[in-house]
Order: sequence, then structure tokens, then C-alpha cells
Amino acid sequence: MKYAFFLGCNIPARLQQYEASSRAVLGRLNVELVDIQEFNCCGYPLRNINFKIFLLSSARNLALAEKKGLNVMTLCQCCYGSLKKADTLLKENPSLKKEINATLEKEGLMVEGGIEVKHLLSVLHDEVGVPLIKEKVVKPFRGLRIATHYGCHALRPSQITQFDDPVAPSVFDQLVEATGAESIDWQKKLECCGAPLWGINDELSMDLTLKKLKDGKDAGAHYLCVACPYCQMQFDKVQKMILSRRGMNHALPSILFPQLLGLSMGIEEGALGLKVHEISISEIVDFLSEEAPLTSPLAQERGSE
Amino acid sequence: MFLTSTLYIALAIFGLALVYKVSTWFRYKIGIPSIEIRTSERFFSALKGILLTVFSPKILTLIKVFILDVLLQLRILKEDFLRWLMHLCIYGGFMLLLLMHALDKYITVALFDNYYPTINPFMFLRNLFGVIVILGVAIAIYRRFILKVPRLMTNAMDIYTIIIVAVIMLSGFFLEATKMVAYSDYQRMVNEYSGLSDPRELKALEAYWVKEFGTVSPNLRGPFDEKILAQGRELHQSSCAECHAKPQWAFAGYGTAKVISPIGLTIDRARLPSILWYIHILACFAGLAYLPFSKMFHIFTSQLSLLANAVMEKEKSSPANIATRQVMELDACTHCGTCSFRCSVAVAFDEIPNINILPSEKIASVKALASGKKLSPRALQNIQEGVYLCTNCYRCTVVCPVGINLQDLWFNVRETLLQKGYPEFFALSPLSFYRGLMREETVRKDYEKPLIRAREAIASQCDLMKRKEKVLPLTPADRPFQSGLNLSAQAKTFSVCFGCQTCTTVCPVVANYENPQEVLGLLPHQIMHAAGLGLRDLAFGSNMLWDCLTCYQCQELCPQGVHVTDVLYELKNLAIKHVREKTL
Repeated sequence: MKYAFFLGCNIPARLQQYEASSRAVLGRLNVELVDIQEFNCCGYPLRNINFKIFLLSSARNLALAEKKGLNVMTLCQCCYGSLKKADTLLKENPSLKKEINATLEKEGLMVEGGIEVKHLLSVLHDEVGVPLIKEKVVKPFRGLRIATHYGCHALRPSQITQFDDPVAPSVFDQLVEATGAESIDWQKKLECCGAPLWGINDELSMDLTLKKLKDGKDAGAHYLCVACPYCQMQFDKVQKMILSRRGMNHALPSILFPQLLGLSMGIEEGALGLKVHEISISEIVDFLSEEAPLTSPLAQERGSE
Repeated sequence: MFLTSTLYIALAIFGLALVYKVSTWFRYKIGIPSIEIRTSERFFSALKGILLTVFSPKILTLIKVFILDVLLQLRILKEDFLRWLMHLCIYGGFMLLLLMHALDKYITVALFDNYYPTINPFMFLRNLFGVIVILGVAIAIYRRFILKVPRLMTNAMDIYTIIIVAVIMLSGFFLEATKMVAYSDYQRMVNEYSGLSDPRELKALEAYWVKEFGTVSPNLRGPFDEKILAQGRELHQSSCAECHAKPQWAFAGYGTAKVISPIGLTIDRARLPSILWYIHILACFAGLAYLPFSKMFHIFTSQLSLLANAVMEKEKSSPANIATRQVMELDACTHCGTCSFRCSVAVAFDEIPNINILPSEKIASVKALASGKKLSPRALQNIQEGVYLCTNCYRCTVVCPVGINLQDLWFNVRETLLQKGYPEFFALSPLSFYRGLMREETVRKDYEKPLIRAREAIASQCDLMKRKEKVLPLTPADRPFQSGLNLSAQAKTFSVCFGCQTCTTVCPVVANYENPQEVLGLLPHQIMHAAGLGLRDLAFGSNMLWDCLTCYQCQELCPQGVHVTDVLYELKNLAIKHVREKTL
């Protein structure tokens, strides 16, 4: 398994732990990552203002991966949604493709549409597979209740993203449960984190994020688990700001999925960047069991399922 | 006399410009944080900061950066080998020439007792260094004009710089070559150094020089008799060899001399060597005087920038020093284009012809702003758009070979410009996320203003929104608007909406308000319907557009397959286009 590793803009600048933990985990699961220096913004933030720039940005990335003959793997739901959208549009619309290629040609690039765009979660679920992941889990979590947050732009529009069932998805839950944690049911599981409006309409964004956090807490979650830099920043740095602005103090901390998986695979905390979060998640290690996985009751239980 | 007086003039211009330039580092202001800090405070704060750093463990960091980034320029090597080679050639070759050749009276003479520019290794090294510089200049020209590195813009200053360096180097080589062929230079040396007077001896020496040294004589022409040459060699050994090596060692000059030797006599008669000497000297002095005004100033400032950024931290360094550093950094830019090459959103420049989108070009505008130059509203808006169209990915800062913290520069300029009152529509996009993250650290004052202003600018162009009547006339429908919704080839689906309101029912934004219409204007199903009826202003003027999360719940659940979110996206695009067309 070999992928062009699409990090986007936020991760290298503000969430290096997401990249580090993903590399650590994927390295142990035999997923090879190729860095393409020339990748640019996926185009997502520009779509509100200028559709053409959005499409051109995405298409250029697709063309770069295509030149190397590699499928793309993203860590961000918004990058994923954008690249998927562009890929579909260009496949469906030959005149649009021609127009975009005319611009890309100046750099010696071209989109033909021969590659696939994948999200980290779909690579782990569909390519690596839950059974292999379970095999690699040496320190499963015990008694940890996780509120799994899917993220909008991976799920919807499902016609385009083809990530999972948009109404009753299970990919992320299965992955979370592979670590031994419990992925709880909560009402607002599939709702937006609020990040798309942060910076545009903060009051509204705060309202929406708080509703989600409250729902997660009410459902008894210890942690949120996400697989998107926007969601993570919203649930970490922005949550901290929201709590202080609205005079609250009960936080629901959020962990990135490769950090959760990495811990259960026995990767040391330092390599997963557990310490750099605004809202501490270090205490999550208390839920790790020390037994070998096959003898633990939890693993047996799962094995018999 | 000429030499010293022009040198002093050039030095005086250089010195005054240097003082002026350095003073701007303490006087110019970039961004809101620097407004309140006085020049004197910045000056003393810089002095204190430098002293405290030099006498602290941080000196080790400075030494490391000086060796790796300043001398070896590893940051350039990391980007591109050809560029590194180019720069090392020009800078390395030029510095060595400056020290050994230009300043020979002060440096080389002091180090070596028997120094003459005409003996080895100096003669050979001078050529070697010169050829290295020429190689560098050739690579520079190749990159800019033949390879055409993407988004590498070439401005007038880049061309002047290449020209000045090229003229200095080429005139130097031609000066050497013409002196080799020039008979009068030969005669001058014989008169000054040989002490010979016997015509037979003089003839023998001249024959030897014509044969071996490339001198073009009006009297003698080869082939010569072996005996005469042997005698000439002997005379050369006793009178000249001690301070004149064989010119072949000056390989570039000698090669050129061989090429021009057929016109050697004409060259001498026209006194080309002295003309070239003037050109060579004047080009050097012009380069010196122009240096503080040109990108060559980076010889000094890029080192400062690299060193300062290695030891300064945004949270810990004093605001006064950050303000000073940010102005100084503008002078460190070499216009190398790395930032634009690696910029995450530079592709936008293909669609929006605003040069300020490219970081390497934005620097010039920021310079103009910092110097307090009066800029037209149009120019200000262009800069504002350029600095806002940025995902804050820090790549420009990470890759800058001279270590300029470009990201912080853009951020500061962005906030200052946003306070000037021009609407910025990119503020209504997720590009604002980072600004939101920084709202408590950097933005603080007037955070909401630009957001409100952009929305108002759009709403003010939507007349129908201002009508008080309950019932709006439905004709004439805006046909171009209806048929214009086709950017993504999916937005046309609004026409199959049958008004079931599923989109509105599932919208988390609508659900957030008790009376959503009061806050949001038209709700999603109403916007679909407005688009269907061609009521452009209603579709454009609703807050709902800008408060859409793009979570796609509406689109996913629409029983009619209306691409509700895509339609909203497209309406946002069109609304901004509409306002821009009306107001610019």
C-alpha cells in the first residue's frame, strides 16, 4: 500500500501531532507514504468566494498525484471532500476538465482522472482492515467511552464522498472499537463540529459546538475522537476559548484517531504528540490495559463477536 | 585622484543610505502592535536585546545558524541544488575577489610579503574566482529567462543586479585580456622593471613575450629563431619572472586575449585597457553606491534576519523588537521567489490577476505601506485581498532562505488593512478560521467589524431586501441570474424543488434560532425557491448564505435531489461577483 500523503495547510502549521501520530501508526501497518512537496491548498476555504480557484487548486493536487501514479490519502475531511468533489466534477464534465487542464498545462500537469482519493479512516478500514489492526493492538483500552465524531465532509454528500452510509455509518466506530474503547451512541454524532463558521460567525459557531459537546457529555463520553484537523482545532483550542468566553469549565477533550490507535498499539506517548493539546488528553493512558491482548477478556469478547 | 574621489563619493552614498535604511528599521511601522511604540524605545530595546542574546547561551544558536544557514546556506540547498550552486558561486566568488583582489592593498599585501597581482597563485585564483562568479550569473540568467521557474517574477531590480555583477566581472576579464595583448602595457613594464637598454636584448625579450605571453607587437611577428627565444627566456627569468607568472595561469583572461589578439594593435591604439579599467572601477563603485537601495542589501540584512529569527520567539520577545525585526526583514528579501513557488494558494493567481496574491510580490506592497506612502483605495484593496487570500499554512516562512517570518508579516498587515474600512469578502470564507483562532492573542480590538462590513456591503446591493412591503412583484424574473447558476453544473437542480422544507428542517443553523428568519433572512428552502423565481436580491441578501456550515445535511436528505449546499455555495460566489462588479 502506497499513497501520496496529502497533509493540507493546517496540519503542518498547527497540528503536527496529527501528522506524527499518523506516520507512526501507518508505518507499523505497512502503509507507505510519499510526500509531494508541490501539493497546494485543497481549495476548500476558497469555495465560498471563487469556485474556479477551488476547482483549480484541487485539480492541481490530483494532477500532481496522477503524475506519480499514486492514490491520494488525506487526513482532513474537508480536503477529502474537496478533492473528491473536484475529482467527480472533472470526470463528469469534459468541458470543465478541458478548461482546467488548459491552465494546468502551463506547469506541465494534467488531470486524466485515473487515481483515487482516500481518507485515513477509509484506508485503515478498507485497505489495512480491522482484523489486522486488532492484531497490532497490544494494549487495548478498557472502560474508555469514546464519542466518535465522523465529520461532515467525509460523510456528505454521500453520492460524491462514498465514504460510508451517510445515515448509519460504522467505519469510524469499528476502528475506535478495535482499540478496545467503546464507541458510544450519541444523538449529535453526525452533526457539524462548528468549525466552518469559526472566524465568520463565532457566536453561531460556539452555539453549535457547545450543543455537540453537551450531547457527548450527556451520553457519558470520556473523550471525543476525530479524524480531521478542523474538527480537532474546534474541539481543542476553540473549545477552550468557548468555555472561557461562556464561563464554563467542564470540557470534553478530543483525541485524534491515530493517537488513540497508536496508544493501543503500544507506541510511546512522545511519538504521538499527546502533550501539545490545549485541553489535556494525557490522562487517557489510564484507560490502557497492560495485559497481552489475547488473554484480556475484552479481546476475547471481541474475538467471539 | 579619480579613483579616490569616485571611491569616496560611492562610499559616502553607501554610508548615508545605510544610515537612512537602518533608521527606517526603527521608524517604520507594520501592523497595529507597533503603532504605540516610539522609535527611541525600539532602538534601545534592540540594543538591549542584542547584548542580552550575545552574552547568553543563545550565542551557540547564533553560531550554529551563522555556519549552517549564512555561510553554507543549507536552507537554499534544501529547496533546490541549482539555486544553491548559483548563489554560492556568486556570493563565494565575489567575496573572495573582494578580499583578495579589490582590497589587495589592505588584506592580501598584509598577509603575503611577496604579493603581486601578476604572480601565482593570485593571478590564477583571481581568474578562478571570477569564472565562478560568471558561472553563477549564467545560472541566474538561465533560471530566470530560459528555465522559467514557475511564478519566479523578474522585476527591474533583479535585472539591474544581474547587469551590475555581469559588467563588473566581464569588464575585469576583458581588462586583463586587453592588457595582455597591449604593446604599450608591455613597454611600460619593461621600462619600469627590466632595466634593459641593449636593443638586441630588448628585441629578444619582446620576441619571447610575443611568443609566450600573448603580447601583440607592432614590430615583431613570429615565428622566431630558437636562439633569440632562448635569449629572451633567459632575460625574462632574470628581469620579469620574479613578479610576473605565465599568463596561461590567468586562463580566462589569456583565452580571451588569444581570441582578441588579431585586433591587438587596434585595441592598444584605442587605449581599450584604460577604458575598461574605468568601466570596471565605475561598475564596482556604482554597485557599492546602489547596494543599500537594491536587493543586494540582503548581503547584510539576510544574515540579520536569519540570526534574529533563530533566537526570537513570538511570545517571549519584546513587541518593540518584533516591530523592528519586521521592518528589517523587508530589506532582507532577495526576491528569490521561493515563497511564491511553494505558496499554498498561489494557484489563485491564475484566476485573479492580483499580483499581491504571490508572497514574493506582496513584500513590495508591504514595503510601500510601511514607508507610509499614499496608496490609492484600489491599491489598498488589492493588498488587502492579497494578504487575506492565505491559508496561514506557514510554508512561505518555513521555506524562506533568509528566514523572514512572512506569515506574521501578512497577519499584521491584514489586521491593519482591515481597519481601513474596505470590505473584504474573503473574510466570509473559512480562510477566517485562523483569524478566529488568534482573536484573543493578536486581533482583540474590532474583531467583528470586518465581518459585519463584508456582509453589509453585499446586503446593500440587494434592493429587494430593503422593501418594506409584504408582497414582492415576481416579474420580471432575473433570467440571466437563473441561467447563471451553472458553475458546478449541479446548482441548476434548484428548479426541481417542490418546497417540502426538508432542507430547512434538518439545518442545524436554522435549528439554532427560535425565530430563524429574523436572523438568517431567507431559509434554505426559500432560497431555493427564490432562485427558481429569479429573485436574485433575495437569494443574495440573506444572512443564511454566510451562516451556512456547508455540512450538507440538507443536500443529503433532499427527496428531490436538489443540491442545496452546492446552490448556496454558488449563490455566495455570484453575490460577491455581483457586488464587485457594482462597486469597483
